[in-house]
Amino acid sequence: MDSMVLILSASGIFFLSGFPALLLRRHPAAGRRIATVAMICGSALGLAGVAAAIVSALTPSFDAAWSLPWGGFSVRADPLALVFLLPVFILPTLASIYGLGYAGQGTKDEDGPRLGLSFGILAAGMTVTAVARDGALFLLSWEIMAIAAFFAGSIDEDDAEARRAGWIYLVATHAGTLCLIAMFALWNRATGSFALVPNAAVDSGTAGTLFVLALVGFGFKAGLMPLHVWLPGFYAHAPSQVAAVLSPVMSKMGVYGLFLVTVMLPSGEAWWGEAALAVGAITAVGGIAFAAAQSDAKRLLAYSSVENVGIIVMGFGLALLGRVSGRGAWIALGAGGALFHVWNHGLFKSLLFMAAGSAERAAGSRDMDKLGGLAARMPKTAFLFTVGALAICGLPPLNGFASELPIYIGLFSTLGLDGRPAHPGAAVAVAALAMAGALAVAAFVKALSAIFLGNTRGAALSPARDPSAAMLGPMVLTAVACAALGSAPLLVVPLLDRVVAFWAASAGLPSLGAAAPYRALGIAGPALAAAVGLLALIAIARKPAGIGRRGSAVRIGTWDCGYARPTARMQYSSSSFARSIVTLFKYLLYPKKLNPDVVGAFPVVSRHDDEVPDTIHERIVLPFVAFIERSLPRMRWLQQGQTHHYILYMLVILFVLLAVGGIL
Amino acid sequence: MMNILIHLALLLALPPLLLGVINKTKAWFGGRTGVPFLQLYRDLFKLFRKGYVLSDSTTWIFRAGPLVTLAATAGAGLLIPLGRFVSPLSFTGDLILFAYLMALGRFFTTAAALDTGSAFEGMGASREVTFAVLSEPALFFAYLTLAKVSGRLSLTGMLHGYAGGFSAGTVAPLVLTAIGLFIVMLAETCRVPVDDPNTHLELTMIHEVMILDHSGPLLGTALYAASMKLFVLGAFLLHVVAPFGTGTAWLDWPIFVAEMLALAAAIGVLESIIARLRMRRVPYLLVGSLLFCASAFILLVRL
Repeated sequence: MDSMVLILSASGIFFLSGFPALLLRRHPAAGRRIATVAMICGSALGLAGVAAAIVSALTPSFDAAWSLPWGGFSVRADPLALVFLLPVFILPTLASIYGLGYAGQGTKDEDGPRLGLSFGILAAGMTVTAVARDGALFLLSWEIMAIAAFFAGSIDEDDAEARRAGWIYLVATHAGTLCLIAMFALWNRATGSFALVPNAAVDSGTAGTLFVLALVGFGFKAGLMPLHVWLPGFYAHAPSQVAAVLSPVMSKMGVYGLFLVTVMLPSGEAWWGEAALAVGAITAVGGIAFAAAQSDAKRLLAYSSVENVGIIVMGFGLALLGRVSGRGAWIALGAGGALFHVWNHGLFKSLLFMAAGSAERAAGSRDMDKLGGLAARMPKTAFLFTVGALAICGLPPLNGFASELPIYIGLFSTLGLDGRPAHPGAAVAVAALAMAGALAVAAFVKALSAIFLGNTRGAALSPARDPSAAMLGPMVLTAVACAALGSAPLLVVPLLDRVVAFWAASAGLPSLGAAAPYRALGIAGPALAAAVGLLALIAIARKPAGIGRRGSAVRIGTWDCGYARPTARMQYSSSSFARSIVTLFKYLLYPKKLNPDVVGAFPVVSRHDDEVPDTIHERIVLPFVAFIERSLPRMRWLQQGQTHHYILYMLVILFVLLAVGGIL
Repeated sequence: MMNILIHLALLLALPPLLLGVINKTKAWFGGRTGVPFLQLYRDLFKLFRKGYVLSDSTTWIFRAGPLVTLAATAGAGLLIPLGRFVSPLSFTGDLILFAYLMALGRFFTTAAALDTGSAFEGMGASREVTFAVLSEPALFFAYLTLAKVSGRLSLTGMLHGYAGGFSAGTVAPLVLTAIGLFIVMLAETCRVPVDDPNTHLELTMIHEVMILDHSGPLLGTALYAASMKLFVLGAFLLHVVAPFGTGTAWLDWPIFVAEMLALAAAIGVLESIIARLRMRRVPYLLVGSLLFCASAFILLVRL
């Protein structure tokens, strides 16, 4: 009860954090500071609550009567909720501190209060969603979270693209919520209540339907591959401190929903796991292929979130397969790896969004074809971005590797190496994961070098400097966390083991720390870092002397093949670097190209354009919307614009529903 | 203990000799005398004594590139068993660390190349990451086949697991895997027909063009790391094509070295008799290797 009070009061403080700024319209900076301090207080309370719940190993809960006609106010901080509460209590606060320096994308003071208000409500909504164990409460907080995210993310109202992206998000999130409403209604019908607690009495047909509804409904939020259409545009146009919460924390609420629903349902059938694995594999490869093709830095990061959700859902699918076939190792490796990756992705993705946001603010653009060479002027930001890029590529010794490793090993173990029945179809997912890994390296080498390395491409980048301590601090913290979790993953294994045991409702599972070689990783990671450090020391120890002599270093221009006037525009840009990958995946990416006509010996100025829009959005969603627009004008006579007509419609529909209900 | 020391000594000392053997074989095919077997050692010795030139546009990443690549490749070299001997470092899942250490090297090599702001090096880096998109899944399909055949999930267990004998049904998958892995090795080490290591300045190069701006000790480190990568991947391949051993240590080490040199000679022969592919054809070759490895796995689990 005590830790539940702490968690709920944290959510209350989050909720209220933005209100003082409304009263302080004259002093926007003060309002922002109050909001951030409130966020820090809320986080401290919430983390204390989570820590108490972890240490006491109890499940704090709280139930109250509820005057709404359904369910009750029922919250429970079970291990699953704790896993998802941790990022909710850490990352939004860090992003809020970062936001003090960033102060809105348009840096308009009148946006500040609205941003702070919706940011706090978003954090509060996520907190309640993570602990809600009643269908109605869950939907309510889910909806608050979704709408607050809309207001926080589409703050830049002057930008038509941003407004459009906001609308697409709003439509997509409500499409998902519709599925969830259907799911909870079906759950209520099957179990007789909205309580979100395990119930083994659900028959297999209903359970299958519930699982599919959850996969679609939560898939919209998580950004599973055909349902991800809202995500790239919305993240790209959101202010960086909001994007640093939306992708790492809010989207993960979709993953949380999938885990929650599968706790409630019986272990189900093998096709659940297979479907999740297939969707995860498609999402991982497709998401990162789109990421590699993007020129907008934040769109690239957004698509890479799609990829990481794919990896998480692959681990989830493996765990589902393990649960239905009674294979403890698959559950431990799949679910443990997936939940660990939820944390890790949260850390490095918010680091990357914050670092990319600093670069965007310093250079005035997030179009990577126009950036470049920022590392010379923003060395700290460049270093932090490099750490994030290495971590998100899953490279050792950082945390991305630590959480992809168990998923890999789990998928390998579906080969049936221990002599028990194999599931070779699942093992094929290994190749998808490997391809996604190689594409991630391509995408993030490109992002790192197009933004920070090489020569400056665009104009007017000269004032770029490393951002203030308020912006650097949160980035440093997340980067340190990435390194720490990467070299000492055993620290978090006990908590992950508890969650996995809770999720699988079984006690005899192998520990993640035993099933994955974390002990060896703890040696290999620091050893690798030490080797690099040693080599670097040897290299540095050589004293400069003069051209050609031992140990000297001379600085001149990059070798230019004797060409007299090389310009920065000649270096490989983001688009040209990605071109060979775009060609390789052209049947998925459908690149749009506008090639210049070169006429005559002295061609006039011309332009080349090259972009990779979202295939699903361009080829499925837009044609569908156009079809609706074409075919529905016939219904327009219904839309009279007079309120009493609408009231009449409602009455008619109510009567029809009553009649139908009476018949059934 | 002795074997670990020999492992380390071979890993550190042998790689440059492989390139010497390849070049000598190619010279012999071309009717030339060719450079001495030990030329690369001399080159490296010379380079490490020199100073270096840095481009104005480069940052610490440019200098970290060869160093991290060398450290990562050497780390992978500690995971791979040489011949009949267990590797110094072996644990369940080390095969994934092996692949990701290679990827770490790739990340830094390509980032260092792009750090110079040269269109040449961007071209090489773009190709390097693109080809890895196809060769990486091929490698993991090979892992799947080998893991299934041996029943183990560590490199040592997996690569030694079937030496004692395997059923007739696994012959075809292993042959297909060997072909696929051979292509992967050629692509990853930038040999003909994917890349031609002899020329620097052609627009069609991959590895050599990425280290165009490295000079002195940095160039030496990059060349040394590249030869070590050939050694490590060659040692991997040898387990599949020539899993021979006597069980006696003082015989098995010479056998392994002889196999390694024979592999280098075979690469030399191959480079002498075939031409480099056009760049746009390389993906077809790599898709071919992916198909070899994937169909090996399908054959194995469905027959």
